[in-house]
Amino acid sequence: MAGRQRIIVAKPGLDGHDRGAKVVARALRDAGHEVIYTGLRRTPEQIVSSAIDEDASFIGLSSLSGAHSHLFPKVCQLLRASGMNEVIVFGGGIIPEGDRMALYEEGVRAIFGPGTSSKEIVAFIDHASERECGVGASDSWFWQGM
Amino acid sequence: MRVSVNAELAQAIPGFGKGCDYLDRRALAKEITAIEEGLLKPDVGQGLIIGITGAPGVGKSCLIDALLHCWTPGLKVAVLAVDPTSPISGGALLGDRIRMTSLDDSERRESIYLRSIATRSASGSTPYIVSDLCSHLLARDFDLVVIETVGAGQAEIRCAAMADRIIVIEGPSRGDGVQAEKAGILELADLVVVNKCDLPGADVVVNQLSMSLDLDIEPPTVVKVSALKGDGIEPLAKTILSLKKRTTSEKARIRERLMIANERRFLESMDFKAAVDSIHGGLSTIESIMESSK
Repeated sequence: MAGRQRIIVAKPGLDGHDRGAKVVARALRDAGHEVIYTGLRRTPEQIVSSAIDEDASFIGLSSLSGAHSHLFPKVCQLLRASGMNEVIVFGGGIIPEGDRMALYEEGVRAIFGPGTSSKEIVAFIDHASERECGVGASDSWFWQGM
Repeated sequence: MRVSVNAELAQAIPGFGKGCDYLDRRALAKEITAIEEGLLKPDVGQGLIIGITGAPGVGKSCLIDALLHCWTPGLKVAVLAVDPTSPISGGALLGDRIRMTSLDDSERRESIYLRSIATRSASGSTPYIVSDLCSHLLARDFDLVVIETVGAGQAEIRCAAMADRIIVIEGPSRGDGVQAEKAGILELADLVVVNKCDLPGADVVVNQLSMSLDLDIEPPTVVKVSALKGDGIEPLAKTILSLKKRTTSEKARIRERLMIANERRFLESMDFKAAVDSIHGGLSTIESIMESSK
């Protein structure tokens, strides 16, 4: 499914800092993808139903509030529960190194922290879209940089 | 197609499982994608298609959301929210979902299907594929389809080719009274809505538009609302459902339909992106592409 992707960029939970999400959305737009920006303070349920209706192939979650360890897995679980196994989830924001492995184990395929280049995020999308690494895939692969 | 709803999701999203299974929504979303990609022929459905157009930031999404709060759950409504594709990268930022609070209401959600649409290679504020999508959605038992065009004004009348009724949204502080005299989309409007009446200057705009439009043979009504505050929304929601079509706009609609039929034939006759790249790279010319598309 290489080429143009439909990507949901969402901010789950109580977090009003959306500059990062907007910059990522913009970078993906400039790389030729269709980005659906859901706005602030979305629940995992709202994000998953947006992905269903929009037929998204990727979901990018941005969190700077510290609630990522609760919210990101919840999105992955709901996707699997609704049969959206092929959707690829990635995240970004302030995610401490120590929290990342647990998120990868839940099916998040990349975590991008401050200082990540937009080029790298675009490279991840291109790479991930070439392999079957949706939240429901048995593949334990995750992005470890370019 | 109807498959029993997933218990966990039904529990997570109140009302999700009632009447409209999530798997149906998924199937519908996949169908929409396939039609957009030209891989699926749309089903033929009949029903009301409302086009909502107006300049960027005039409150189209917000107004549609307010209307959805009135129409649903009584009616099943599909919204096709169009945003522009980048002429540089081919990507798009689709931001119309942000305003749609009606989707957060579990009682309404199952009566609404909102899909963000990018214009892709098509010209104008409403890509021709929207016509197919409307037909398909109406065949899927939606009572009405609302098209939200790209933010547009004046000469941008493409939605007239697809919508049965055209509603033009205006707002305060958008230029002087001469704007209301200009030719274009206002002549095709079946209804003109001045939004943001909670801000100063709305009455002036209503007067200017009314005075100008009253010179038409079949002047459309001009109404004043505030989507933000909810003022005038309920009567507007009723008015739209029984809105009469201006007979003077029929010829213009045919003209737009002919234009999109031509554009569609042209775009579907080739790999358009490859053609642009080829001209850009000096490998072919506009003349040679036109010749090969015949």
